[in-house]
Amino acid sequence: MKNQNDIHPPRWATRFLSWYCKDELLEDLEGDLHEYFERNVISKGATKAKLIYIIDVFKFLRLYTIRKPEFVNLLINWIMLGSYIKTSGRTIVRNKLFSTINIVGLAISMSVGLLLIGMLFDIFSYDKFHVNHKRIYRVISHYEYLDQKDGNFMATTSLKAAKEIAQTFSVPEEVAILSREFTGDMKAGEKVIPLSGFWSNPAFFKVFSFQLAQGNQATALKDPYSVVLTEKSARKLFGDEPALGKFVTLNNDKQYTVTGILKDLPTFSHMQFDMLGSLVTSEANARKDDLAWDNVWGTWVYLLLPPDADLTALKTSLDELSKREDPTVKNTHIELALQPMDDIMLGQNLGNQIGPTMGRSSMLIFAGLAFIVILSAGFNYTNLSIARSLKRTREVGIRKVIGALKRDVMGQFVVEAVIISLCAVVIAILLFVLLKPYFLNIEPSIQKVFLLNLSPKLLLYFIGFAIVVGMAAGFFPALFFSKINAALVLKNASNSTFFRKLTVRKVLIVFQYCISIIFITSTIVVYKQYKHFITFDLGFKTENILNIALQGNKAEILTKEFSELPEVTGVSQSLMVTSVGNYWGTYVKYYQNPNDSLVVGYNTVDENYLPLHGHKLLAGRNFTARADSSESEVIVNQAVLKRFNIAGQNPEKALGEILKVDGKNLRIVAVMKNFHYGRANARESTKEVMFRYSNKTARLVNVKIKTQDILATYAKIQAIWKKVDPIHPMEAKFYSEQIEEAFSGLKASVKVAGFLAFLAICISSLGLLGMVVFTTETRLKEISIRKVMGASEIRLLYLLGKGFFLLLAIAALISIPVTILFFEKVAFPELANHSPLALGEMLLGVLAVLALALIMIGTQTIKVARANPAEVLKNE
Amino acid sequence: MKGTNLGEFEELVLLTIAALVNEAYSVGICDELERQTKRAVKLGVVHSVLNRLEEKGLVKSKLGEATQTRGGKRKRYYTITSAGKSALVKSKEVRDQLWNMIPEFSLKRI
Repeated sequence: MKNQNDIHPPRWATRFLSWYCKDELLEDLEGDLHEYFERNVISKGATKAKLIYIIDVFKFLRLYTIRKPEFVNLLINWIMLGSYIKTSGRTIVRNKLFSTINIVGLAISMSVGLLLIGMLFDIFSYDKFHVNHKRIYRVISHYEYLDQKDGNFMATTSLKAAKEIAQTFSVPEEVAILSREFTGDMKAGEKVIPLSGFWSNPAFFKVFSFQLAQGNQATALKDPYSVVLTEKSARKLFGDEPALGKFVTLNNDKQYTVTGILKDLPTFSHMQFDMLGSLVTSEANARKDDLAWDNVWGTWVYLLLPPDADLTALKTSLDELSKREDPTVKNTHIELALQPMDDIMLGQNLGNQIGPTMGRSSMLIFAGLAFIVILSAGFNYTNLSIARSLKRTREVGIRKVIGALKRDVMGQFVVEAVIISLCAVVIAILLFVLLKPYFLNIEPSIQKVFLLNLSPKLLLYFIGFAIVVGMAAGFFPALFFSKINAALVLKNASNSTFFRKLTVRKVLIVFQYCISIIFITSTIVVYKQYKHFITFDLGFKTENILNIALQGNKAEILTKEFSELPEVTGVSQSLMVTSVGNYWGTYVKYYQNPNDSLVVGYNTVDENYLPLHGHKLLAGRNFTARADSSESEVIVNQAVLKRFNIAGQNPEKALGEILKVDGKNLRIVAVMKNFHYGRANARESTKEVMFRYSNKTARLVNVKIKTQDILATYAKIQAIWKKVDPIHPMEAKFYSEQIEEAFSGLKASVKVAGFLAFLAICISSLGLLGMVVFTTETRLKEISIRKVMGASEIRLLYLLGKGFFLLLAIAALISIPVTILFFEKVAFPELANHSPLALGEMLLGVLAVLALALIMIGTQTIKVARANPAEVLKNE
Repeated sequence: MKGTNLGEFEELVLLTIAALVNEAYSVGICDELERQTKRAVKLGVVHSVLNRLEEKGLVKSKLGEATQTRGGKRKRYYTITSAGKSALVKSKEVRDQLWNMIPEFSLKRI
């Protein structure tokens, strides 16, 4: 058994006690606790005794034991702060190279941090202009058909649920309903402007704090055929004339009265619209299934709850509502839940959002990456400061001899770090301003959500951030220096052995290079995937096809006009664009097995579509042109044959079989090869698909172009569009562009990862440069002597560089497997049809980083190795 | 000076200090109280009471010699001041007066 005297109470607890306790009470109290501790060791054992000791230390943290801050100390600290700042300034100026490396490195990394802060600042500014924003909740719903869980919750719910909540629930003070889709061409006098918005009820103005510039809040959305315009829309329609009370016509059909003019919406509102129509209007024209319980895709419901509302009770009532209404629809369960409005911008990734939002996961990923980059720059600071320590130990020693306490030395170094990081933040703010436009352009949704405007408050946050970063970066060097033993340092002038064993420095360099290599290889891998997907063989041709949205125009007119252009080789019509993530589906039955139904993806096309897109038919013939719009034919892919087991999956024999689609009997006239109907990276992108024939329902015309001068042709096409439809601007995109857009998320990650890789490499290169300069400088004399003794330059290069080579090799050995594992185990299983990991390209990236490092080591060491030994040694 | 009225526990602590004469220090007082009252006495409570008594001027304290035990820390010995004595006497008098007022039979019945 251990001797009882060897067991001590936990040291940190004693230290904590002496930190907070008054001097006059301390000794006696410490003794008392120690006495109890000794007793407890005997009666209860060491572990328990320690625990009791710790608890007692905290128990004695009382008003009468706490040390009062002394005015004199405060004064001294204040005076010393001035001294710290002065001496810090001097050291920063004296070590120009190190200071520059630190400031530049920190500035680069902080610019990312600033972007993050700016983003968070914007996100938390959302919807705060609503007076009751804390009390507004949105009803979200989860759709479940049979046992198929349909992923996440949706931001929408059914109109039915909205009505039920508004009429039967007593808790919500007000229920605002927004329903789509109140959109179209608004006509006032001769002017026609396309506007979009929602149907809403009078409670809208009670729940939200949108202000009416003109009109009455209580009645604006009460009567049928009322419309509330935003000031902007009103100006577009009526110019400077008063709009209130005027009539407008929607889509050349119904006439509406302008009952209110809404002040323009704040940018930081998660919902954006041009106008609102009274909900009663849409209800009057509603079809039966608009009010169905399972029609959960078109209505947003916001509740204004009393401040003390019981959310769990409300959720229970929502569940009861679901239980009551679920039987009205077959095999479907709809779960309702509440989401606080303040969570909308940064909450779960819900489907069917009312406007663009920023998912929590992407923000977290970005924050994580920003943190890593800042950490890396912080390491540079720590690393270089400790490396420099050789020159500063004596300074610290003398300070201590004069009477500086540990905390004074710490203060000195922390202040120095904070000053450097404040210098860095000035540069970082400049970088922030420069980077902002590029950052906002990374992805269209980012531009919609963020402004990133510099405001005084934001600047204050930036400075606060810089101080925090400075303190964090300076903490370890400060701790290191404060522990220096003054006598030892002053006695032994060249005590380089003191720092030899420091492996921390090496670990930090390895860490930085790992980060750089991981970032660069990931960028390369993701870029390869992006390239792979946008040039993916979808099973049909997409080259030189311009998809033009009809926007309500007659397809025949445009087709006729476009066909007359010599550069246009073909024009077809279609309902939708395949392979970019859009799905249209309907139930299909095979007559031999009437109980088996399946949702089959489809596109309705005309007779020109398949040849134009080069779809391969395995058997049968293309659709033939028809004058009438009745439907009798269908073209299916192999997967449909397989799924319904039609004619033993033999394409030739399947011709003539009948499928029941939307209640119509359609004859299979051809079987085509499978192609990627969904996005190429979707798991089931080549499932069951059919083409249906229609010459009436087209939403797009597909124009195939053969020309040398795309711009001129595009201009001609645009001129034709203007002639046919002078109101709407033409919405035309090349198929290949649309596919690229479908993968814009991947492209954005390439850009972000590439940018971060660039930063990480910059930072680690700076750090390495500093370390190399430092080591070579300290060994200058040794090198000179070696040279005099006859060492060759190559030999010296090897001698100086080998330590760093080793570190780089270790970094590569750690980071390459990590990257490979990450993609093979985490990222790729989520990505269907991905291309194999590009090992060759990855290694190229690693080599590039290493080459950069080697060049840096090389140039610095060669400089030293070539130095004239006589010059160096004569100074002795 | 704060009021000289003694709380129940304060009185007990003060009495113990008087009883222990020259050996009254925090842990010792704790132990003695536990022995006499047969109830658990927490150091923290005793400590704050001692602090309060000293503030009231009922006790005074001085540090003793350092020893091997207690991690080399000195003990703080408490002695009762004359103000303390008179406070004790006064509270005893009050009690005695009340005791004397109680008729014999009323106690017997209990």
